Amino acid sequence: MAKAKLEEIESPAMLEEFYRQMLFIRRFEEKCNVAYRLGKIGGYMHTYVGMEATAVGIHHAIKPTYDYMITAYRDHPQPLLLGTDPVKVMAEIMGRSDGMSRGKGGSMHVYDIERGFYGGWGIVGGHIPIGGGLAFASKYRNEDRVTICLLGDGAANQGVVFETMNMAALWDLPIIFCIENNEFAMGTRLEYHAADTELYKRGEPFGIKSERIDGMDVLSFHKDMQRIVDWTRENQKPYWVEIMNYRFNGHGAADNDRELYRTKAEESEAMKRDPIARLEEIMLKRNVMTREKMEAIDEELTDQVEAIYEQADASPFPDASEVYDNVYTDMEPEKGH
Amino acid sequence: MAAVEVATQTMSYRDAISKVLSEEIEANPDVFIMGEDIGRYQGTFRVTQGMFDKYGEKRIIDTPITEAGFTGIAIGAAMAGLRPVVEMMTMSFSILAMDQIINHAAKIHYMTGGQAKCPLVIRGPGGAAKQLSAQHTHCLEGWYAHAPGLKVVAPATAIDAYGMLRQAIRDDNPVIFTENPGLYTVMGEVPDNREFVVPFGKANILREGTDVSLVGYSRMTQINLAAAEKLSEQGISAEVVDVRSLSPLDMTTINASVAKTHRAVVVYEDWKFGGFGGEIASRIAEESFDDLDAPVVRCGGLNVPTPYARNLELECIPDVDDVIAAVQKLG
Repeated sequence: MAKAKLEEIESPAMLEEFYRQMLFIRRFEEKCNVAYRLGKIGGYMHTYVGMEATAVGIHHAIKPTYDYMITAYRDHPQPLLLGTDPVKVMAEIMGRSDGMSRGKGGSMHVYDIERGFYGGWGIVGGHIPIGGGLAFASKYRNEDRVTICLLGDGAANQGVVFETMNMAALWDLPIIFCIENNEFAMGTRLEYHAADTELYKRGEPFGIKSERIDGMDVLSFHKDMQRIVDWTRENQKPYWVEIMNYRFNGHGAADNDRELYRTKAEESEAMKRDPIARLEEIMLKRNVMTREKMEAIDEELTDQVEAIYEQADASPFPDASEVYDNVYTDMEPEKGH
Repeated sequence: MAAVEVATQTMSYRDAISKVLSEEIEANPDVFIMGEDIGRYQGTFRVTQGMFDKYGEKRIIDTPITEAGFTGIAIGAAMAGLRPVVEMMTMSFSILAMDQIINHAAKIHYMTGGQAKCPLVIRGPGGAAKQLSAQHTHCLEGWYAHAPGLKVVAPATAIDAYGMLRQAIRDDNPVIFTENPGLYTVMGEVPDNREFVVPFGKANILREGTDVSLVGYSRMTQINLAAAEKLSEQGISAEVVDVRSLSPLDMTTINASVAKTHRAVVVYEDWKFGGFGGEIASRIAEESFDDLDAPVVRCGGLNVPTPYARNLELECIPDVDDVIAAVQKLG
């Protein structure tokens, strides 16, 4: 997908681009939820519904496929935006042989290394030093890449995060730690898991430039991220950003009782910050797009996602003989039961 | 011995490691070393002595004392195409990085369906030295060999340390290269050849014999050699099989030895219970049952945290007498 140039951001074409990308992610994720309930997707699956502005805003602030990106297990939208074949993403989520990892990774482990997307990790916080390593590598080679390292508010408490922050500051690594603060570490509310809920402050003791920004308004968020990415690229130093957003779905597809940790009233209130609805309001107000056009786009994207799903579903499961493939680059592991 | 004449130098196991590290740093700009006190302090076991001054802080990187963090950084750097060599001050400290090594490094190639590689070496001493007590003396090679995706090697000689570490650095997979504090001063002949490698997955017969196979790796191979010498005085001809590479494991050579001797003692410094020697023993039992004249016997470290008092510590580590006693059990 195309990337916005800063001067074009507020153009009608760009608003439409942002809109299409956010809506595509939502329809894709909703389709994943349906497929999960049908038993077409198994295991753990975490969707991005409600947080779309964050992925889209970051995508337009970086140099896609040049800059490095790494995240945890809420990892469907990033490769979709980077131009990874959506059928291959869906097929991976469905555990099929046409998947990005030929069905070895699944929803939590989507990668597109060629496009600079380094996954796709399941241990909360575990990928953060690896993100530090990506930034280390670009610095080592005197490149001007930045690394976007996404993490949840829950991950922000892991010890390895602080280890990585220390080394990122010590060694001036060009990494942007992006906390996607959706207010919940699985089912534990922020105030029950963080001693100080203002997570952006955690960068300060390391001398890392830090701030908190709204991640639900794609336009303002994109501008903020562009400024942060440009600063990081130019200064080749880390940045610590707390992005305030909200997930409308449960933590994962298996989390079907959200009332254990939040009320319906709270959700309704949060829905008012829906990034897609917010952009719709802006576009209507500016006479950039009619409601009819929005509906037409929605229909188009919904059909597109349906076709993606059908193609992915046509992909076979991996052959049993592939089970030993890719344990090593050059040999097979010990075989047999 | 091979007929080809190759110039060699006599050097210690430690110097052999140091030599190959320097040579690979010089050969490939993507190779760098990171670890605690390896640079300005010259390395706790002096393996990297002089390298910081020679190669500078870009290639010889002093890290904070944060094993999980810097191991993760090395993994990310490896995924992005560099070739990090991580020194663990002792292998015991790698337990802090276990999540990075097992949950991340070992699984990257598989989870990405082959898209990403992780050419990473983690090296350092595992095992007892002199009175380092319980928290600096772990033998972790069995833990690592248990995990698919990792290669695990444990050379016993200077030449193997030299050739296997080069192989490890050039390997596209994460490699655990375990040394032993008791081996650093062992001397040997090392070829003067910057391309010399010892391939993984090939055990080595260090002494031929006909009555019993002493199967071991790392420092226990040196113990087995000494035990074989002593056994010969008793009229017992012991064959010493140096396993060298735990994963991949060369059962062909081990089984061939057992086919010749009909008896096997597996010797390992790690805790006897659940250790890697048990894997070797069970494989011999499964694959060479018809060749065996006696059950396979394990001779391992005592199942206790390593004690401080020197006499107790020595009690824990298998020594020549323990190996001989194990051989005598075979009848």
